[in-house]
Amino acid sequence: MKVILTGNEAVARGAWEAGCHVAAAYPGTPSTEILENVSTYREMYSEWSPNEKVALEVASGASMAGARAMCAMKHVGLNVAADPLFTMSYIGVNGGLVIVDADDPGLFSSQNEQDNRWYALHAKLPMLEPSDSQECLDFMKAAFDISEQFDTPVLLRLTTRICHSKGVVRTGERTERPVRAYNRNPAKNAMLPAFAKAKHYMVEKRLEEMRSFAESSPLNYIEMNEGAKIGVVANGVGFQYAMEALGDRASYLKIGFTWPFPRKLVREFAAKVETLWVVEENDPFMEQEIRAMGIPCSGKDVLPLVDELSQALVAKAVLGTEPGPGTETGIMPPNRPPLLCPGCPHRGLLFLLSGKKDVVVTGDIGCYGLGSMPPLNVGESTICMGAGFSAAIGFQKALEKAGKDRKVFGILGDSTFFHSGITGLIDAVVNKSRGVFVILDNRITAMTGQQHNPGTGVTLMGEETAALDIPKLCEACGVKSGNIHVVDPYDLKAAKKAVDLAMAADETTVIVTNRPCALIKDVQRARSDLFCTIDHEKCVVCGACLNLGCPAITKKDGRIVIDPVPCNSCGLCVQICPKQAISREGELHD
Amino acid sequence: MTREGKNVLLVGVGGQGTILASKVLSEGLLSFGYDVKMSEIHGMAQRGGSVSTHVRYGERVFSPVISKGEVDILVAFEKMEALRWLPYISGDGMLIVNNQEIFPMPVILGQAEYPFQLEKTLSEAVSRCVVIEAAKEAEEIGDPRVMNMVLLGAVVKKLGLDEMSWEETLRTCVPQAAFQPNLLAFEKGMKLAE
Repeated sequence: MKVILTGNEAVARGAWEAGCHVAAAYPGTPSTEILENVSTYREMYSEWSPNEKVALEVASGASMAGARAMCAMKHVGLNVAADPLFTMSYIGVNGGLVIVDADDPGLFSSQNEQDNRWYALHAKLPMLEPSDSQECLDFMKAAFDISEQFDTPVLLRLTTRICHSKGVVRTGERTERPVRAYNRNPAKNAMLPAFAKAKHYMVEKRLEEMRSFAESSPLNYIEMNEGAKIGVVANGVGFQYAMEALGDRASYLKIGFTWPFPRKLVREFAAKVETLWVVEENDPFMEQEIRAMGIPCSGKDVLPLVDELSQALVAKAVLGTEPGPGTETGIMPPNRPPLLCPGCPHRGLLFLLSGKKDVVVTGDIGCYGLGSMPPLNVGESTICMGAGFSAAIGFQKALEKAGKDRKVFGILGDSTFFHSGITGLIDAVVNKSRGVFVILDNRITAMTGQQHNPGTGVTLMGEETAALDIPKLCEACGVKSGNIHVVDPYDLKAAKKAVDLAMAADETTVIVTNRPCALIKDVQRARSDLFCTIDHEKCVVCGACLNLGCPAITKKDGRIVIDPVPCNSCGLCVQICPKQAISREGELHD
Repeated sequence: MTREGKNVLLVGVGGQGTILASKVLSEGLLSFGYDVKMSEIHGMAQRGGSVSTHVRYGERVFSPVISKGEVDILVAFEKMEALRWLPYISGDGMLIVNNQEIFPMPVILGQAEYPFQLEKTLSEAVSRCVVIEAAKEAEEIGDPRVMNMVLLGAVVKKLGLDEMSWEETLRTCVPQAAFQPNLLAFEKGMKLAE
């Protein structure tokens, strides 16, 4: 059947057709929809794991036991899962094991632009790279076969444009396969030093075997065009940009099996063309290999290392053609940065912390990161998942060393807390941090688009399950119950009281906000007819409400206007208006 | 039927429904036998930021994105976003713009000004400029959310794809309860672009 699918949908379909049994992931843009789609195929067990390391370990256990298994994560997620990754390379597989990695060239929704092809080289694992949705499906199936043929986990690397681009795909049916037999085999599966050393020899040998396999794999192919003097080696979406820009003016070596790099094939191709170009996004991964072989080529000497490529960039680099004349007015519009939504429950606490001079806020990965933009300007740092807590500990200790009396607030969300914030909190308690640890619990993994997490009480497959109690967890981590303040962030008075108590405390303190995300369907429905209105007789246009950074409140033609459609009557503006000019309207639905 | 390919860029503010409009467009094009690629942005940028969705179709499409100067039709769901993406329109390209202003935070905070007399600037810059009152039309239909379908209807008309039947595609892409208002909006958009 011919359908139109995103790369992520096609990866899920490929896993299903390949007879995959177990799939695990932690959400992260641009990879999130892979597991969301896997969960729609009921033949597969699928789960949201608390973090990427757990996801890869769950998939590893399933593979060891004989099931075909996969996990999916964004590029920085593979850093979290790197520990099991490197050792699973030694262990290999029983049932096929595929690790889907989604890089983010252009940093659409990430904290760095790392190129995860280096993981293939570093962990000595094969890597496949599809160039469109059809290949996402086909390569996923090929990856399982390669995994079982060579007794190795396989990395399938996508990028944002592959994940979130749709293309026409021919789908097939599922090949049902039994879970393979499992026999206890510590020499294969228990990586004690003596076993692991023996395995390392095997890994090096496997790499050489896979190198000759890659040379003749149909995932790499040469497409010669008569009379074309330019030769292009390209992978991923870069191949599409090259085809678009150069068409039959070039010949192509399309790389789908990226690692081990098919050196002989490259040498054969290079001999047939006059000039050789390497078209790849971010790092000169293939280019470095080709140059090391002594083959002259062009690539990152002309094409950019940073950001995405495009057909225009390729055409300019290879042919010297400038892009067609666009339409210019000479007027630059103001920026439109992303914002916390109207009614976002993060806004209350962030507002209380904004402008506080005696406070430092270390942030984390999640919507609250948007609080570091004007007008709230709350947040000094964003490193990675969990660092909102652990960096706060170090920050506080350093300020104490410097003799500065400033309180450090570490801020993260519920999903981030379960992911890796909880270990930071344990460290804070045990090592006597005076910091304040804030969990903005909005009952969902919001930034990636509403996924369940260990606090929500529902699994990826839609079953009801235990919902972990965050305040109780904090208490179990050793925070004194008197130092745990649970507040409604829509209630500024209560929230301020908690902040004041935390400021005065000399021990590890926790603040948990407990309002669900305004975008959760039930919340949206319940609050759909609630809104705030402004009494223009009372309003003196002082602009206090604008300091909330709420997209529903604007100043237009000298008046403050509240748009009732996006407004959900969180009521923060009502509470801070010095003239009591704003009031709540409408009804709450059940 | 012409098999000529086109590049359509839909731009707007996160939450305005550009992705759904692009989905309907691509699904329709597939059912008419075109090769289609579409590229969209998820994640952080969706939170009220500037968003873009690329739709490309023809006999065979390689790149999923459109570069500067390659757009045949730019569909702007918000006026200032039309200005931002104007350099993407090709020399003889067209602009379909929704007559709606959404102030970004720098404007709300008084750090920047919303461009003055934007409609005039746009229609002077692009000779083929169509202004659509999509928000007003959607409100008249009784559902402000179907604004995206008014704009989609206009695009389909201007692409010359209005001879084909879009009803089935629409039915599969929107929730059942929302089908009627979406269809009404789509048909209204086609009329407005005549």
